[in-house]
Amino acid sequence: MYPVDWLEERSGLIGGIRYFLLRKVPAETNWFHTLGSATLTAFLVQAITGVILAMYYKPSPDEAYESIRHITDDVTLGWLVRGMHRWGASVFIILMFFHMARVFLFGAYKYPRELNWIVGVLLLALGMFEGFTGYLLPWDQTSYWATVVGININGTAPFLGPFIASLLRGGSEIGTDTLARFYSIHMLILPGAIAGLIALHLYLVVRLGVSAPPWSDAAAREAAGTADADGEVPTTARPGLTRPGPRGGIAR
Amino acid sequence: MTPSGESPHGPPPSLWPVGFAIGVVCILVGLIVSWPAVAVGAALTLIFGFLWVRDVTRGYRTVPQPSADGVVPAEPAPAIPADQGPAAMPEPSPAEAATYPRSKFLEGATLGLGAVIGGIVTVPAIGFAVVPSFLHQGHDEIDLGPLENFKQNEWTVTHFYLEPADGGVTKRTAFIRYNGMLEDKPSFTIISNRCVHLGCPVQPGGLVQSEKSKDEDTTGGQEVTIIPVLGLSSFTCPCHGGSYDSEGNRIAGPPVRSLDRFEYSIQNGRLFLGDAYSVGHVEGQGAQAEIQKYDLAGPGQHVDGPEQWFYPIQPPH
Repeated sequence: MYPVDWLEERSGLIGGIRYFLLRKVPAETNWFHTLGSATLTAFLVQAITGVILAMYYKPSPDEAYESIRHITDDVTLGWLVRGMHRWGASVFIILMFFHMARVFLFGAYKYPRELNWIVGVLLLALGMFEGFTGYLLPWDQTSYWATVVGININGTAPFLGPFIASLLRGGSEIGTDTLARFYSIHMLILPGAIAGLIALHLYLVVRLGVSAPPWSDAAAREAAGTADADGEVPTTARPGLTRPGPRGGIAR
Repeated sequence: MTPSGESPHGPPPSLWPVGFAIGVVCILVGLIVSWPAVAVGAALTLIFGFLWVRDVTRGYRTVPQPSADGVVPAEPAPAIPADQGPAAMPEPSPAEAATYPRSKFLEGATLGLGAVIGGIVTVPAIGFAVVPSFLHQGHDEIDLGPLENFKQNEWTVTHFYLEPADGGVTKRTAFIRYNGMLEDKPSFTIISNRCVHLGCPVQPGGLVQSEKSKDEDTTGGQEVTIIPVLGLSSFTCPCHGGSYDSEGNRIAGPPVRSLDRFEYSIQNGRLFLGDAYSVGHVEGQGAQAEIQKYDLAGPGQHVDGPEQWFYPIQPPH
């Protein structure tokens, strides 16, 4: 198609997308491998609904609660967007834990994917912090006291605890500065950091390839030292690891 | 210090780390004891750290070349006047050229200037984000009204605003009891309702007589609400079950010390609330209570016992 060719010649993007979508994965890849993409989808839903909510939310102690009531009751489909954001947060965290459990149980954190696991742990921590900062924004009793307790828990860390607590609160008392600070962290700092780390996470997945489950035929062949359908004997010493090729995917 | 790179092993030991370590120790001790020591420690750390890094990276920054005949000249060649032309300015031999060429200086200068510009832009922005959390954290004295509002040996739940101009988010609560006179001065027990476990609002263990609640507007735009409590014997926190006795000492649960108290003063027959402070333990009761007083600490932070050394520096409150 001419428009696609036009774009491809001038940027190489189409080739990149085809490489990403059509890369080779082990034959034993199953539905558990979709959990990562599901988590990414949940994050994108949070980002989009968050942007829409930010058009109506007012981050001041006097107006925050009322602005959210306005979103829920008055704005067209505001109840739906707000509900998706609130429930989507829980969906995001739960899917992250499922994805983490899948990677752990499949041994997909082993060489050469250790860096990817570390990036994933950072994403987990940042995601939890997103939840913590977002929880304060409705400024109702639950939000306020949950944040009081959460900041004071941070304050019990030795040596730096009191400083971290003061930094989060924007002073010695929770007030206007706290809400503004949490709003900035929630919608500027953390989404930027999470987006950057997701990009790194995806790059590593494409470069290193998808690992076969531990019970796969490839793993069994490696353990037994027998050749596969192409007549090759897997040479890595770790069962289930698909040897990364020069540009990711299964080596041939 | 012998030049590095002559053998496959790492650089020889140097003495700069000792100065670096002394600087770090000065910083840590000074954070507890005095600020000038922190400044001295920071200077020592930076200077010796720089010298140490420079020493260790000597072999990586320039590649020393062995001279052609393997012998280092014992003394420099005799000077030639500049008007002798090319003889006065011979091309540097490869051994000399590798030491510090102009390109390396320009590279270093560009990086250094970039770092300085980056610092000029970044440091004020970070200061803007971080420093205000630690400045101007006190509050004015709070006028709670005339002394007649507080009857002898009667507990009250008193609501007030730390900063009336900032509105409802600064509303706080204290439990106040007038104990009578102590050495010709009125004695009050003023206990903060902030639980010292994790900051939830502690509830009084007695009958709160809301129907007798009294609102009063006092000086400085302050609004005070005073509610008497009958038969108060203890305080309990609803969040995690911490319990305190009527002097604020912990009886049960996860709190790590006694409830915080407020300093107070009597001016023109009115009760004024000052700064809050933390309490290790209270011996005795009422006007005869002996209070182990500490600087205000956050919830969950110990003020006495061996755990107090985990929290040596408290930000301003």
